[in-house]
Amino acid sequence: MGEQVDARGLSCPQPVILTHNKMKVLRKGVFEVLVDTDTSRENISRLAKNEGWEIIDTKKTEDSGYILTLRKE
Amino acid sequence: MGVKNFFGTCLGIVLVGIFIGTFAALLQKSGNPANMGICVACFERDIAGALGIHRAAVVQYIRPEIIGFVFGSLIAAYAFKEFRPRVGSAPIVRFVLGFFAMSGALVFLGCPWRAFLRLAGGDGNAILGIAGLATGVAVGVIFLKNGYSLGRNQKTFTSVGWILPLIMASLFAFLIIAPLMGDGGQSGPIFFSENGPGSMHAPIAVSLIVGLLIGFLAQRTRFCTMGAIRDILLIRNFHLASGVFALLIAAFITNLILGQFKLGFAGQPVAHTNHIWNFLGMSLTGLASALAGGCPGRQLFLAGEGDGDAAIFVLGMIFGAGFSHNFSLASTPAGIGFYGPHAVIIGILVCFFIGLTMREKIK
Repeated sequence: MGEQVDARGLSCPQPVILTHNKMKVLRKGVFEVLVDTDTSRENISRLAKNEGWEIIDTKKTEDSGYILTLRKE
Repeated sequence: MGVKNFFGTCLGIVLVGIFIGTFAALLQKSGNPANMGICVACFERDIAGALGIHRAAVVQYIRPEIIGFVFGSLIAAYAFKEFRPRVGSAPIVRFVLGFFAMSGALVFLGCPWRAFLRLAGGDGNAILGIAGLATGVAVGVIFLKNGYSLGRNQKTFTSVGWILPLIMASLFAFLIIAPLMGDGGQSGPIFFSENGPGSMHAPIAVSLIVGLLIGFLAQRTRFCTMGAIRDILLIRNFHLASGVFALLIAAFITNLILGQFKLGFAGQPVAHTNHIWNFLGMSLTGLASALAGGCPGRQLFLAGEGDGDAAIFVLGMIFGAGFSHNFSLASTPAGIGFYGPHAVIIGILVCFFIGLTMREKIK
């Protein structure tokens, strides 16, 4: 399994901070972010746009959360 | 573009900011206190008073706006399948953060929303409050960057998410019935102010409907004054800030049209001119809100979508309001409360204790 950030169950804005940190470490490539609220999903989308990452896949999970796949070339 | 996506857009949040700003000014026109069309802290404080948790006779009323906020959010959450009952992320800490968010707000005399509404009404003291709010949030961001965390919540039963809405429904029943239950049925509670800010209110139906609409829209857009400042500092994102700015401008214009704008520092409604404690009081509220993940208003909307920890923050605020008035922490238009500064300093120390010690490495 590749790089992953598990932000489920965390209060705002921790999902954004964890994702941001991962972006800074990886600089480019592909990683997944697990979130469990629509708010977090939207916040991660905005962060990705800001930082030049693309969300190439959004999967809904069984527990009504999301797995977002982010990529930067 | 679906309705769901629209609320997440920049235009969506700007329109909601305009809606809130306009209707806040209109609520004042229809009876709410000056520059207090909406104030989460003041209104929860009035609720605490109505229940007899404090005995400040001028600030006692069950504010339907608060009830509307929670149910509006609940309705939106169900309509868009976002109702997610969850609890267990440091509830006792959230209670304490709510307590001090309220203590700070009552030293300044307003929640972050009212800080912007006061500015929109021409109250220069609000500038100190907003500067304090930004400072408090900035300190909170430093803690967050250094790994501060309240820990993860857990999914729970649907009924758990309904507890705060049911408490709000009970409050609404108390508002309508206004039973005499004290002294063996001879007197209050429920206590309602006969003069002062607590006696000034829009008709119940108007307050409730506006509250429901704002609750609905705020849940959809994740409107948050603390988050607005935090996102600018943390990720240079102005999305939430654009909504808050729209609120400010809309309230300002509506105030001008309605003749409610009065520029100055002295003699502003439900405000005092102590710059230091206006600044520090709101710093405490900003810091406590940042550590709790949302401003007092946002906590109500989160509670409406099933977040039991946000509900604990709300109860902490109501308890804090009672404490603030009973122990001379709260300010009045005459000036700060005798023990207000003590409470602010203790609150800031407690927030530092929480922010410094609750750190974990989350993979």
